[in-house]
Amino acid sequence: MTLIRHTLYMTLRHLRELWRQPWFVAVTLVQPVIWLLLFGALFKRVIEIPGFRGTSYIGFLAPGVVVMTAMFSSAWSGMALIEDINRGVTARFLVSPVRREALIAGRILKEAVVVVIQSLIIVALALIVGASFPGGVAGVAALFAISALLGATFGALSNGFGLIMRQEEALIGAVQFIVLPLTFLSATFLATNLIPRWMQHVADFNPVNWAVVAGRSAVSANADWGLIAARAGFLVALLALSVAFATRAFQSYQRSV
Amino acid sequence: MNTAIEADGLVKSYPKGVTALDGLSFAVATGTVFALLGPNGAGKSTAVKILTTLAKPDAGAASVAGIDVIASPDRVRRTIGVVSQGSAVDIQATGRENLRLQGQIHGIRGRAIEERAEELLERFGLADHADRIARGYSGGMQRRLDIAMALVHDPAVLFLDEPTIGLDPEVRADMWAEIGRLAAERGKTVLLTTHYLEEADQLAERIAIVDRGKVVAQGTPDDLKRELRGDAIHVDLEREYNGTVSRTLTAVPAIRDVSIDGRTLRARADDGGRAVPLVLQALESAGVEVSSVRVARPSLDDVYLKYTGRTFDAAEAEEATR
Repeated sequence: MTLIRHTLYMTLRHLRELWRQPWFVAVTLVQPVIWLLLFGALFKRVIEIPGFRGTSYIGFLAPGVVVMTAMFSSAWSGMALIEDINRGVTARFLVSPVRREALIAGRILKEAVVVVIQSLIIVALALIVGASFPGGVAGVAALFAISALLGATFGALSNGFGLIMRQEEALIGAVQFIVLPLTFLSATFLATNLIPRWMQHVADFNPVNWAVVAGRSAVSANADWGLIAARAGFLVALLALSVAFATRAFQSYQRSV
Repeated sequence: MNTAIEADGLVKSYPKGVTALDGLSFAVATGTVFALLGPNGAGKSTAVKILTTLAKPDAGAASVAGIDVIASPDRVRRTIGVVSQGSAVDIQATGRENLRLQGQIHGIRGRAIEERAEELLERFGLADHADRIARGYSGGMQRRLDIAMALVHDPAVLFLDEPTIGLDPEVRADMWAEIGRLAAERGKTVLLTTHYLEEADQLAERIAIVDRGKVVAQGTPDDLKRELRGDAIHVDLEREYNGTVSRTLTAVPAIRDVSIDGRTLRARADDGGRAVPLVLQALESAGVEVSSVRVARPSLDDVYLKYTGRTFDAAEAEEATR
């Protein structure tokens, strides 16, 4: 009970922090819009490639952008933690009876909340520019849940690496190193059957691809719930591992204080 | 004596082979202000980290309000308020939000926390800025907010780690007044660390002088000064001389504890006023040029010199280059 309450306090603190930076909010919202419209226009004729199943590239791309945005925004989660450590805010929490788990859980939960809000906006925009999601509300909800899972996972990983590196520049480098390859080694922009075979094999192990494939299936006309459940299961397992990693990293930080 | 804080033989070394604490022991009576005085790097902050459950000692025992720090850290955390070195406020939140979160963590909720926050904002002169983001606060205001946050749950024991470091002299004086008021609150125990001699002298009822991870002397400021019989004589020389100068003075009767540090000669005498002419005479006959002479009642600096064999400034410089 205390753990839930403390996690909630921390989540609200982080969301308020985000809300207080209107420019940051604007940029994180404009970015996916640009992805959607720019790539939507750039790759418009992808649907003409033989073997592409579907009639609208925007409709195909939108779940991909939802997932990609989830990763992009939550991968920076550790930055705020490093700042808290440097400012002594974390140490202040550690001398108080706050539940330790809440200090990490609050950040992960915040990422999940942000991902759902961003996803709502992207889906709404995609609908405006002519995409359709035959999977209906249930399918879109599943897409959001999968994105939130991925966002939480990257939030946990980012906090874990942040705690190990303890340096904002190092974390920036690591995030930049990792997010683009993960995006392009997936079916985000092209259907799986159209990307090179070796990439398909790599993509099988890419959590971003799990989320894209499952999310896209969920909003399609004939969702493959077996596949969605399997990929969601992978993501849950990875989230559990990432949280365990972040928790261990936090414990080692505590020992180093 | 009711003991609020007890440290017994604390040892702590850090991975790079630095020994921060080397058997540190002291006890603080309930309801008093106690200062750990020493240069930067003496181990004061490490001691505070252990007592406030942030770090674990390699050896030794410690308790706060009768609770074992190592066995029951969570119970200790409910009992203490901590103001760490440097500000630790959330600069992206308002003063009120900082206080509210701190209170909520301590289980104060609803109307109770709103009232408590208001009360503390008033008391620390932050009421007019309560709903401003703390990023815009001055250093002094952030420091006051730090202290207010540490007091939210009305802790029995308060730790202040270098509370006035980095503050303007003016703000520092305000801070001293505030700490004095805290100490006057019934039953509150305050442990203060400082490397300002006058801060310890002014605020603390008892002082422990810490040097290289150990307590080298402790007592009331007056006790400590009284142990140095007589007055301190400081002679500033025109230029640096070698060690033979101090030997010149050793020959003078009524003078003892002669030491030289750069261009400053220090000595002690039971009656400083009478000893000065003798000192000057001896120096003149040895051909030593004197620029000024001062006679002073013993200061904590002298106490420090006596117990550690180096002046406070020299110790600071040494720690800084380590």
